[in-house]
Amino acid sequence: MTDNRLSGPLADPAGDAGYPADHPERVGFFTDTSVCIGCKACEVACKQWNLLPEDGVELTGMSYDNTGALGASTWRHVAFIEQHVENGSAAATAPESVDLGMPGMGPSGGDGSVRWLMSSDVCKHCTHAACLDVCPTGALFRTEYGTVVVQDDVCNGCGYCVPACPYGVIDIRPGDGGAFKCTMCYDRQGAGLAPACATACPTESIQYGPLEELRERAAARVDELHAQGVTEARLYGHEPDDGVGGDGAFFLLLDEPEVYGLPPDPVVTTRDLPSMWRCAAAAAATGAALVAGCFLGRKK
Amino acid sequence: MTEVDTSADFRSYYGKPVLKEPVWKVPDVPAYLYMGGLAGSSSTMALLAELTGRPTLARNGRITAAVGATASVVALVHDLGRPTRFLNMLRVFKPTSPLSVGSWILAPFSALAGAAAASDVTGYLPTLGRLSAGVAGVIAPAMTTYTAVLLSDTAVPAWHEMHRELPFVFAGSAVASAGGMGMITTPVAQAGPARRMAVAGSALELAATERIHRREGIVGEVYEKGRAGKVLRMAKALTVAGAATALLAGRSRTIAVASGLCLTVAGVATRYGVFAAGRVSARDPRYTIVPQRERKSAEERLGAMD
Ligand code: SF4
Ligand code: SF4
Repeated sequence: MTDNRLSGPLADPAGDAGYPADHPERVGFFTDTSVCIGCKACEVACKQWNLLPEDGVELTGMSYDNTGALGASTWRHVAFIEQHVENGSAAATAPESVDLGMPGMGPSGGDGSVRWLMSSDVCKHCTHAACLDVCPTGALFRTEYGTVVVQDDVCNGCGYCVPACPYGVIDIRPGDGGAFKCTMCYDRQGAGLAPACATACPTESIQYGPLEELRERAAARVDELHAQGVTEARLYGHEPDDGVGGDGAFFLLLDEPEVYGLPPDPVVTTRDLPSMWRCAAAAAATGAALVAGCFLGRKK
Repeated sequence: MTEVDTSADFRSYYGKPVLKEPVWKVPDVPAYLYMGGLAGSSSTMALLAELTGRPTLARNGRITAAVGATASVVALVHDLGRPTRFLNMLRVFKPTSPLSVGSWILAPFSALAGAAAASDVTGYLPTLGRLSAGVAGVIAPAMTTYTAVLLSDTAVPAWHEMHRELPFVFAGSAVASAGGMGMITTPVAQAGPARRMAVAGSALELAATERIHRREGIVGEVYEKGRAGKVLRMAKALTVAGAATALLAGRSRTIAVASGLCLTVAGVATRYGVFAAGRVSARDPRYTIVPQRERKSAEERLGAMD
């Protein structure tokens, strides 16, 4: 058992999960939000391919986002952030802010304009996945591609994975009772195909491939954007030494993660499990000692 | 010590939660948490009562343990929806899953506690009954705190952050509840240890709860604000009242029963309050984002220094 079983960098999660050395290389998603146009092709393609039921149709009032969040029946979710930017600011003059012909907001001719941030969110397929760690039935498992998948015939709907996920991804589907989330199209991978969302994305905002390659490509893209003056470009979830050991799905963002609904510094919950059991053992012993102490002395 | 400015604005995605709220049901899960603790401490109490020649306290402790453990299983099964789903938990043993470990504590414990109580009540197979009671008494302390790990091993800020304190809150509360139930069920003459348990358990619970309130950072807030705060304040008042009356309960059975009832309600309220605090902390993005942002900024400052 290595030290990094629960947290920390881990070069080969599939190998760690027991796959023989000739397992396929780890694959992932790199979502470059700087080219996302918010078309939601990924959301639709995911629903179609995975035959996901609708999960409520309502207007949220959150810009163009009527999906709301990732959930049991939404495995890709496009976030829309409308930001007012002052004229002359870095964001307003960034060369990639082209006019998309989107309807403008507010009175025209004002000082400043609207910046649209769009980002297609997905399960992060964490190197150390809390959902997988806490699942009592083994319904969640690590695939040979290093991703995290739920087997719905094994899941007993206990719901433990739901609050365990530091990204708020996995959820129980009402009515069905089981937990569901993105599988990175495990069935398509097996057939040598890219996931439906990446295939459908017209701008290559969603890129799929070997994780190492994606990380290199992402680093080059950030440098390119920085050189163009887009200083706010940054990567999220790419570091193998972050709180979850790095994400199998990572992002290029144009603002802080929390603006997109992502946690700024997520940590796999099981990292602290040894200390939790130690405290529980100490508390149990204290309780037992207290009870024993109550039986000492006078027989009354 | 850095003060967290709770009034400072923070950014989020339309104020939407970052985490998913636990889907566990109320009252199923708080009841499950309470019953498990009560059963565990009652079983330890029964074993020691047996060894020190207090047969009535021993029998009542065994019955409480059996009823509590069974009710705990029933509450869990009800939350899951189907009994087969509880059996499904036992299909593997997974050390990284507190629910798996907990099921493996709960299943044998409830079986043994049930057997011990059944043998005691019916008089059948007395040796086997005593053996079951003995083994159950040994597993029992684990019953009182594994549920704290169950809650803490989640991303829910109010549970995860308090993973050092919660087991002591639950252990103290379990001892006090078992003492309370012992006082309710057993004549004053044999209930001396139960009265002392009521006082000692309450003291442990109050001390551990106090540590939660003293924790720095904004997460402690959810244990004070709103409904969770109100329920926890009620739990504290009832615990104090229960412990104080337990000191006088040697004189009259009526006082003993009143004290026991206070502690029972206090135990349920504690579990409910902790559960509710966790839900609030998951629902409000502030409790996820602000502490993480603080931690990250501190790290970045450190990184910039070297
Ligand atoms: S993002 Fe959440 S659901 Fe996805 S692998 Fe990580 S812990 Fe599991
Ligand atoms: S709900 Fe299903 S997948 Fe999630 S922890 Fe429970 S058994 Fe595992």
